[in-house]
Amino acid sequence: MKELMKGNEAIAEAAIRGGCRAFFGYPITPQNEIPEYMSWRLFEVGGTFVQAESEVASINMLYGACGAGARAMTSSSSPGISLMQEGISYICCAQVPCVIVNMVRGGPGLGGIQPAQGDYFQATKGGGHGDYHMIVYGPSSVQECVNIMYEAFDVADKYRVPVMILGDGMLGQIMEPVELPPMKDLSNLPKKEWATDGTGKGKDRRIINSLLINPDDLEAHNNYMLTVYEEIAKNETRYEEYMTEDAEIVLTAYGTVARIAKSAVNIMRANGMKVGLIRPITVYPFPNKAYKDLAEKASVKEFVCVELSVGQMIEDVKLATEGKKPVKFFGRNGGNVMSPEDIVAYVTKEA
Amino acid sequence: MAVVFEKTKMLTDAPLHYCPGCTHGIAHRLVAEVLEEIGAEGHVVGVAPVGCAVFAYNYFNCDMQEAAHGRAPAVATGIKRVTPQNIVFAYQGDGDLASIGMAEIVHAAARGEKITVIFINNTIYGMTGGQMAPTTLIGEKATTCIYGRDAEKNGNPIKMCELLATLTGPSYIERVALYDAAHVRMAKKAIKKAFTHQVENRGFSFIEILSSCPTNWGMTPEQALAFVKTDMQNFYPLGVFKEVTE
Amino acid sequence: MAKITIKKESCKGCGLCVLSCPKKLLQISGTSNKNGYFVVEITDMKACIGCASCAMMCPDCVISVEK
Repeated sequence: MKELMKGNEAIAEAAIRGGCRAFFGYPITPQNEIPEYMSWRLFEVGGTFVQAESEVASINMLYGACGAGARAMTSSSSPGISLMQEGISYICCAQVPCVIVNMVRGGPGLGGIQPAQGDYFQATKGGGHGDYHMIVYGPSSVQECVNIMYEAFDVADKYRVPVMILGDGMLGQIMEPVELPPMKDLSNLPKKEWATDGTGKGKDRRIINSLLINPDDLEAHNNYMLTVYEEIAKNETRYEEYMTEDAEIVLTAYGTVARIAKSAVNIMRANGMKVGLIRPITVYPFPNKAYKDLAEKASVKEFVCVELSVGQMIEDVKLATEGKKPVKFFGRNGGNVMSPEDIVAYVTKEA
Repeated sequence: MAVVFEKTKMLTDAPLHYCPGCTHGIAHRLVAEVLEEIGAEGHVVGVAPVGCAVFAYNYFNCDMQEAAHGRAPAVATGIKRVTPQNIVFAYQGDGDLASIGMAEIVHAAARGEKITVIFINNTIYGMTGGQMAPTTLIGEKATTCIYGRDAEKNGNPIKMCELLATLTGPSYIERVALYDAAHVRMAKKAIKKAFTHQVENRGFSFIEILSSCPTNWGMTPEQALAFVKTDMQNFYPLGVFKEVTE
Repeated sequence: MAKITIKKESCKGCGLCVLSCPKKLLQISGTSNKNGYFVVEITDMKACIGCASCAMMCPDCVISVEK
């Protein structure tokens, strides 16, 4: 049975059903419904909730809780996620699996509170210091948020990396009918032998740590993590293609914008234009091969990257398509959102 | 003959990296002895700071997490909230706790998190080479106040026990010092009391330990103990600042 | 009758134990360990009262005490 739910609340409920038992967060618009929901709901399932003193504290509470083996998460929006970058870097180095939701708003600075995609670089290229990556999903509907959130803890645990759900203000605030999955049985999850559950002593004690002061150790660790990222790219890369079979113009967008772009494709198809869409579901790992394959198709003449930013994902699109076809850009930013007709107008005029 | 004193099993065999005469080693030992005495083995997690005690995870014979600079109380909060059956402690220095980590310590205390924080106050940034700390005394020299701390230019030192004692959340707060054997024994009693408060689920417990830094103070270990006993103790009086009895 | 054992390889020769001994039985010796520290030694074991003040003050758990 489908229920009508706000994106933020649906994500919170899906997290709990996926096994989340602790939440640490700090208020910031437009994601406040997540901590608000968690603050009562978690205690119903025997979990815990802390409204932290800052995002800096939130991410470090998350590090502690997930280091101790719990399924826990935090959520925030752009300026708050910036404050978390130090902690995320530590979490990545210490290989602590956790889930972070970013309901992106306009930036830089305090920016605005309307939907934006200006945190793409921060999410996919690192954001904090040092060499690391997270798995980053860019869902485009409330149902997809639910589905991804529900599996996010399993994915994080499998690779011992953080998973980020890169939404935007629109996705968090919109209400849509969703099918909620059942509560996961947590009794059969694989034991986290590395977690500081308190039982360790002597040689068997566990240390969650990101200090590797010997250069050889740090290099070996970073090189090992590279193999983890390669494994993630092999197994977890996800994308959707829409009407690309005979497309001459391929739109590309992620998240909310991908839905708008899909509507634009439908309008243009009705007008007889051969337009398709490729939508990364994981923005890290980026679906490079799918883009390259499209770029190598004779039918494809060019790509149009559509974003709520001044142009960030376009860099990955250009890298993935290896200069084989031109990549144009159409974007709005600052919290403004384009309509399908805006995209149609751009493509009709420029492409 | 009976054993009067031997190294506690809650410390590992790893040799401590601290400078000769630094009393961090004594503080480590006291915490470890208390953990053994309260039977914490097998259900305890420690949190190491950034600073001289960054390698504490090599020394405490239990599960450990290494925190970012100042964030140990937040990390300890996360651990304790998801494993409330465990004894959870953080071990922090003055730069870590009273400067960059001021928000985390105040709010963990205010929330009354059921954790124990051991605060080493040696009035200096040790690991980075002797810069002024939030607890550096007026007139005390450091590499970022080479003529001595001047309140006009450098601000005033912070008394953490007094500050935290204004909050409702803490259940036990005491300041101790490590300048002679009698005071070391008193420090151990205080640490044990703090951990007992956690065992009894009473609230946040906090022990400030006046400690020496011969290397960065430019003193012999003997002179450094004398500095703790006189100058430091004059400004940072020893005693219990808060105790919730029921 | 008391006895102290000094783990000389871990001693850093800081002398905090020397200061703490009520009988003044400890001194820094002229022998160094592999780390280059002149290590502590006891001058008269028979006079030791086993108070463990030295062990209390040792930052490196070098001294164990029996009585």
